[in-house]
Amino acid sequence: MATEIEAAGIEIDGQVESDTQSEEDEGKEKTSKKQPRRETVRASRLERKKPQRDKEDESKEEHNCPRQNRASRRKTHQKKNGDGKKAEVKERDKKASTKDQKNSENKEKKTNKKGKEGENKQKKGRKNSTSSESSNSFDEESLSEEELAMLMEQVEQRKKLISAMRNKPWRMVKKLSVLREAQAFVEKFEGALGKGKGKKLYAYKMMMAKKWVKFKRDFDNFKTQCIPWEMKIKEVESHFGSSVASYFIFLRWMYGVNLVLFGLIFGLVIIPEVLMGMPYGSMPRKTVPRAEQATAMDFSVLWDFEGYIKYSALFYGYYNNQRTIGWLKYRLPMAYFMVGISVFGYSLMVVIRSMARNANESTADGEDDNFIFSWKMFTSWDYLIGNPETADNKFASITTSFKESIVDEQESNKDENIHLRRFLRVLANILIICCLCGSGYLIYFVVKRSQTFSKMQNVGWYERNEVEIVMSLLGMFCPPLFETIAALENYHPRIGLKWQLGRIFALFLGNLYTFLLALMDDVNEKLDEEDVVKNITRWMLLGHHNSSMGNSSADTPPSLDPADVPRGPCWETTVGIEFVRLTVSDILVTYVTILVGDFIRACFVRFVNYCWCWDLEAGFPSYAEFDISGNVLGLVFNQGMIWMGSFYAPGLVGINVLRLLTSMYFQCWAVMSSNVPHERVFKASKSNNFYMGLLLLILFLSLLPVAYTIMSLPPSFDCGPFSGKKRMYEVIQETIELDFPLFIAKIFSYVANPGLIIPAILLMVLAIYYLNAVSEAYQRANAELKKKMQMQREEDKNKRNNKTNNNSMMQDLEDLLAPSTKIEIYPKQAEGKKIESPDQVIPFGKQGKAEVLNGSPMSGGRRAVLIPPPHLLVTRPPTPGIWAPYSYADKPWPGAHPLGLVPGRGRGHPCYSHAAR
Amino acid sequence: MGNKQTIFTPEQLDAYQDNPFRQRIAEVFSEDGDGNMTLDDFLDMFSVLSEMAPRDLKAYYAFKIYDFNNDDYICKSDLEKTVNKLTRNELTPEEVRLVCEKVIYEADLDNDGKLSLEDFQHMIIRAPDFLSTFHIRI
Repeated sequence: MATEIEAAGIEIDGQVESDTQSEEDEGKEKTSKKQPRRETVRASRLERKKPQRDKEDESKEEHNCPRQNRASRRKTHQKKNGDGKKAEVKERDKKASTKDQKNSENKEKKTNKKGKEGENKQKKGRKNSTSSESSNSFDEESLSEEELAMLMEQVEQRKKLISAMRNKPWRMVKKLSVLREAQAFVEKFEGALGKGKGKKLYAYKMMMAKKWVKFKRDFDNFKTQCIPWEMKIKEVESHFGSSVASYFIFLRWMYGVNLVLFGLIFGLVIIPEVLMGMPYGSMPRKTVPRAEQATAMDFSVLWDFEGYIKYSALFYGYYNNQRTIGWLKYRLPMAYFMVGISVFGYSLMVVIRSMARNANESTADGEDDNFIFSWKMFTSWDYLIGNPETADNKFASITTSFKESIVDEQESNKDENIHLRRFLRVLANILIICCLCGSGYLIYFVVKRSQTFSKMQNVGWYERNEVEIVMSLLGMFCPPLFETIAALENYHPRIGLKWQLGRIFALFLGNLYTFLLALMDDVNEKLDEEDVVKNITRWMLLGHHNSSMGNSSADTPPSLDPADVPRGPCWETTVGIEFVRLTVSDILVTYVTILVGDFIRACFVRFVNYCWCWDLEAGFPSYAEFDISGNVLGLVFNQGMIWMGSFYAPGLVGINVLRLLTSMYFQCWAVMSSNVPHERVFKASKSNNFYMGLLLLILFLSLLPVAYTIMSLPPSFDCGPFSGKKRMYEVIQETIELDFPLFIAKIFSYVANPGLIIPAILLMVLAIYYLNAVSEAYQRANAELKKKMQMQREEDKNKRNNKTNNNSMMQDLEDLLAPSTKIEIYPKQAEGKKIESPDQVIPFGKQGKAEVLNGSPMSGGRRAVLIPPPHLLVTRPPTPGIWAPYSYADKPWPGAHPLGLVPGRGRGHPCYSHAAR
Repeated sequence: MGNKQTIFTPEQLDAYQDNPFRQRIAEVFSEDGDGNMTLDDFLDMFSVLSEMAPRDLKAYYAFKIYDFNNDDYICKSDLEKTVNKLTRNELTPEEVRLVCEKVIYEADLDNDGKLSLEDFQHMIIRAPDFLSTFHIRI
């Protein structure tokens, strides 16, 4: 090490130091003195350049003095440099390798700078004189440029060192000292290097950089603070793990989506209608009918969303079919239709985008199954946990996850009675399908009954709310039932959870769809009724008109009060009311369940435990866990209801926004106050996309009925923005015909032609098919690559395996042989061929070989192929393998000394390479 | 995260009492190896466990933390200790043995029956949760 540094030092000094004169110099000086010299030369050269720019530094002036008599000295040394060039080449090679060492030590070098000044000048002189004497000045200039570049490079390295200081696994003391040193160096030479105004600019830059970093951090903090409920969710996460937090994150995401929908609907439909539309009471559809007016403000009526609420901007029926309203000529029916469409469009886009992002993230993570247990062991403890209860849960969850993995491992290894299990699974599925069918039929039955109830006059509270009650009860009792049945199946818990989610989803879906079918019946009934009412109204209006014709002039409008006009059932509003009621009752049931099932239970368990005969906390009731799957599914279905209902009840989204807002606070509080963390924490990241998939499915399903009503049911004749049209979508045609230039209408009619639409759909199907095929191909390629990586890994393992076997073998051999060879080699070298010395070596050698062969039978034969010999310059044919010499050991050595037996060498091949050189 | 704080409240210090490797961390970062820390050691610890610290550095110190007997290899006894600390001795000895065997099977690249720093880094760098869990927020 020391010699190398020395060599480097010499090389940088003068590059020609290997002549006799310089060797004498080296003899006199210690290495510690030599290194500084190199430094000072550089410094002094630098300073030689500097005075051209600024003259302020006096010390530099002082250094410049010896320069004048350099020329004379140069001549004296000229002859000595005759054969220096060869050495120069050799030493240049070492330059690169020693650069790092140079970096770490130059503080002390500067200290004895002054003392060495004279010598340095001498050397410089010598070096310069190696080139032609005539071009002295030019040469000197270029060399100092070189030095300058080197210095700059060094400064750069320092800077790099400073910036990379964090990455160094050093002790803080060392870090600090190196950092200070490097900073001092940079500070000293940064300015001296002087790119232009040097120091000031640099300082300014550094300051700005620091400020920028600080600003960025502050800004990040600010951004974090701007995320709503971040701290609340973090708090829940730290107590309940990421899976519970994932529900709240989902809730927050949902709130954001609903806020956008709310903005769309309120900004483009409700507010224009309220501001610019006809006021309340101006039209029959905006007035409470005479018969209901007496009770229209009663709370019980309002609670059912009848009375004034029914005839408000919250529901479809309130809107007028006037083409434009207000001084803005706002086309409200058009806006209503477009907003209804874009609610779905936006939701679809958002859901799909976030799903794609999740998928990207999950693939970017690289689901490497190679290190399940290792990762569990080394990365499962969350060092952030700072709460005893969370820590307990973490311990428990780590234990369960270990157990789960062990179960996985054991299950993949063995396979027990598969027929029994299959039978049980089929049985369970049959039972669950029965449950689902039963609950579906129950709902259908109840809805039918409620239709008859709605015709009767005096029905009780139960009869009116039967549907909601039954649905909520089903939602409450079916999931536990499913869980019980699922115990039959004996699935792996993770898969079991997904099945459970799917079944509850099917239950809710069945409920929802039977509800919708019943509603459809209702609507059809209303449509029939409407025809009758339409005729009556026409006749009545006509009659009224005729009667008014009799006593007044022809063009006065009929002065019939809007409240008295007979009106149709307006099925859209009925549907809207149904959805709103369902949503509200869902909210109430959820909150009451939380209050009773979680809070009251927790209070009971907590306080009655003091005087109870068994331990309530550990025993039967204990505290409730947070039901993630149920909550998420509830959220998803609620959202489906919102999507379906928002077309008929624009105010529904507002209710939902309120619901999500309150449930955020309420559930956060309930979780923190009365729930205990899960025992089994399932991976939040994976199930997140599962939830999104459910949401997408629900969105699609809720799109269907709305699209059906828009496309194929006639809107009510006397209420809503589309009244008077045959179908709702005609509002588009109307707008195109009346408001757009003719050619656009033409284009539109061409585009709407089935002859174009069908090919377009075909094209889309083909595109989907193609993209699907491409993605499948990619997936296959991915799997292939994964397999290849796996193979590579195995191969790598094998290779290393052999290599280390070799190395360890050599180690063994040397350990065994070292004492004997030390004795034996010397006589051999002295006498050339000697026979008795190998005799002693043989037993050891054979023993070692035998050991190795036992360890890995293949290694001996394959070694020559498997070990890449990067610096193994074997020049002699008779040494094919590393252990080979020993097998020939009973014969005399071909060479003068045994190559493999050089003592003091650690590994096998280095000694060969050494010998080969 | 970025807040400036110069005084640790007792609550904050208590909050880290639940880490199963707390003793081990103190030992690794203390210069004498007994868990008695100087200020520099303390700074060392927080610089390594901060969010800004690079992955390689974290991996290096994680290796040292899990290497209980300081022999520069994570061997079976180290693994067993880790498992028992992580699960509070909830697993049966057979399960512990199975886990340790699986870990060595998975991560040991050179088949020497123990994990070297290289093996450990190779494994830990691919771990998705390592960076997010191996740090302390003050």
